[in-house]
Amino acid sequence: MTATTSPSAAPDTPAPLADVTRDDASLRRFLHGLPGVDQVGVEQRAAGLGTRSIKKEAKRWAIDTAISMVDLTTLEGADTRGKVRALAAKALRPDPERQDCPRVAALCVYPDLVQTAVEALAGSAVHVASVATGFPSGRTSREVKLADTRLAVEAGAHEVDMVIDRGAFLEGRYMDVFEEIRAVKAACGETHLKVILETGELATYDNVRRASWLALLAGGDFIKTSTGKVSPAATLPVTHVMLQAVHDWFTRTGELRGVKPAGGIRTTKDAIKYLVAVHEVAGEQWLTPELFRFGASSLLNDLLLQRRTQVDGHYSGPDYVTVD
Amino acid sequence: MGIFEYAPAPESRAIANLKDHYKPFVDGEFVDGSGEPLKTLNPATEEILAEVGTASASDVDTAVKAARRAYTDVWSKMPGVERAKYLFRIARLIQERSRELAVLETLDNGKPIKESRDSDVPTAAAHFFYHAGWADKLGYAGYGPDPKPLGVAGQVIPWNFPLLMLAWKIAPALATGNTVVLKPAETTPLTALVFGEICQQAELPAGVVNILPGAGDIGASIVEHEDVDKIAFTGSTEVGKLIQRTVAGTRKKLTLELGGKAANVVFDDAPLDQAVEGIVNGIFFNQGHVCCAGSRLLVQESIAEEVLEKLRYRVSTLRLGDPLDKNTDIGAINSAEQLAKIRGLVESGDAEGAQRWTSPCPVPDRGFFFAPTVFSDVHQSMRIAREEIFGPVLSVLTFRTPEEAITKANNTPYGLSAGIWTEKGSRILWMANQLRAGVVWANTFNRFDPAAPFGGYQESGFGREGGRTGLEAYLSV
Repeated sequence: MTATTSPSAAPDTPAPLADVTRDDASLRRFLHGLPGVDQVGVEQRAAGLGTRSIKKEAKRWAIDTAISMVDLTTLEGADTRGKVRALAAKALRPDPERQDCPRVAALCVYPDLVQTAVEALAGSAVHVASVATGFPSGRTSREVKLADTRLAVEAGAHEVDMVIDRGAFLEGRYMDVFEEIRAVKAACGETHLKVILETGELATYDNVRRASWLALLAGGDFIKTSTGKVSPAATLPVTHVMLQAVHDWFTRTGELRGVKPAGGIRTTKDAIKYLVAVHEVAGEQWLTPELFRFGASSLLNDLLLQRRTQVDGHYSGPDYVTVD
Repeated sequence: MGIFEYAPAPESRAIANLKDHYKPFVDGEFVDGSGEPLKTLNPATEEILAEVGTASASDVDTAVKAARRAYTDVWSKMPGVERAKYLFRIARLIQERSRELAVLETLDNGKPIKESRDSDVPTAAAHFFYHAGWADKLGYAGYGPDPKPLGVAGQVIPWNFPLLMLAWKIAPALATGNTVVLKPAETTPLTALVFGEICQQAELPAGVVNILPGAGDIGASIVEHEDVDKIAFTGSTEVGKLIQRTVAGTRKKLTLELGGKAANVVFDDAPLDQAVEGIVNGIFFNQGHVCCAGSRLLVQESIAEEVLEKLRYRVSTLRLGDPLDKNTDIGAINSAEQLAKIRGLVESGDAEGAQRWTSPCPVPDRGFFFAPTVFSDVHQSMRIAREEIFGPVLSVLTFRTPEEAITKANNTPYGLSAGIWTEKGSRILWMANQLRAGVVWANTFNRFDPAAPFGGYQESGFGREGGRTGLEAYLSV
């Protein structure tokens, strides 16, 4: 059995926080000692920031930035190599008639389609992201999760999107969740790790904050809201809480970690609200695909339509952008 | 320059339908006042917006007589269910003309359009809707089976929420069957005069509402007029005391809503990020021109540094500038006079040894602006901890125990509002029972609802506005 769960293979927790992951009790004390999140307050703040009016050059910049942050995603049972190749072509040239249109950040697929995606995107800067660890439920053994991760990495994925064990988290077995993330991180090696919290199943903002810190402590490069298979998926207030977490993490450790809302973001208007939140909650330095992504599929086409509207000065129809 | 600079997103000032000249509204008509006309400024640009005719003492008399006639002949006899129809109509007209009112309010007052649009105007409409509902149910309000109105109400309102304060005053007065002579503030008369148009549109009987722009002397004439039965005043404690002296020994019923120096108390188990939001909302909402502003932050010593760090970061993201821009968080100070007062108190803070931090936000060259400022190391003995600044200036004090927090929070001659931030429910209830403040917010701040009574203790005044309790001020009980 090659699957080891030795956390030592993963990078160490930064010095200022090294003590908190020493044992189960310390970790628990730390997570429960985080300030609570007031539901009414965070929702009010998210709604307030949502009223920002982004126009003209700012809107054009926001649309291009959002396109460059999209993890173009297909995670269906019906996915085929053909579908993945089609999406890869779209990822490279989202708007084929407009050469100045930025490409997306990554193509996100199931592990068995990583190889197809890697071949289709070879030589480009578009990354291949693979979900892993028994996505979306994560209800399988650690051996399978780690094997899933290794297969994705070996097939050439640049990024792995893992799911946390929500059952363990809700049972309060934080150390189990922590060690599993560490083990997956170790299996990833140099590959970028995004940790999906599945906030729709964690239910409370307090839990979202705790899970965010847990994933950051365990070495996740990104924290991601959702699989897209559970409703609600990404919401603005949940993303606020996570942006606050990476901001606070930076303040405490000096390390920059990313955030990826996924699922349910379909319109340019929504995407701009998220960028405003990134700007004003986390900070300007998070406004890069290195540190912020959108997990989405239909969002891209709305961004492209709005981009054309901005450039051409009039609306065009859905038939002017490609279906995939 | 940052990488994500929001392009200017100004609301069109044409929406305000600004006119060159406005006139007092008396007995259902706009009339030439015999006072000296005043010029009202846009505090964000210092340009003159319009000339406004003002009332003289004789106009006050005319208006009071009109109000008395309307009271005796029409309004006091009208069944509540009929009065309600007018109030509903006014509420709907405020909604229909909400954009116009919001832009006009922002031009005249300097507050950001997002606040006039999302807070002032909708809440003003809500006050009329709410009180319309009471008009035919006064017998069930707990003041006897058939409570009677008082007569003519003289009302004097401040410049910080011109239309909203008008709604707080006029809606309950009309719902209970009184008629009104109202004086808007000298620097912000415009939305009140547009409200006069709304009264015409609603076909409100002539004389039920009279609006007299003017300076303090016109307010004094209204207060002194012997045919006024009730005085309602919102404004400074200084003027409130003068009014109380004037009406002492008369039959006039009085409510006063005056200044404040509210404590916003943050415990170490608070939801810190939302507490920071609440602190910001508490003191920087409406440039701090809020009588119930959370101008004293009392933070538990063990988390003071962390809270200050988060607070400074958050305050530095506030956008100060053109009030008509939809992305502006902090607009203009209402007048040069108020700006000078804020500056004077801030200088006293420096002189008395408090640590001043000011947001690095750019400040426009023209107009009356003051960058958000946070004083730390503030002690109870300093002027900035005791006097109402009425501007975007926060004084941060610390405490060690809940008892100390109560003692410090109550150690003020004012008592209008207070805030408590803790996730411990029992402590919220314990604190709320001991805080001498008319309104106590828990894990939020500056939330207003027509159904919630509002008012103060001690030098913050007396009487309540809003809710069932607020009806009492306009009923003979």
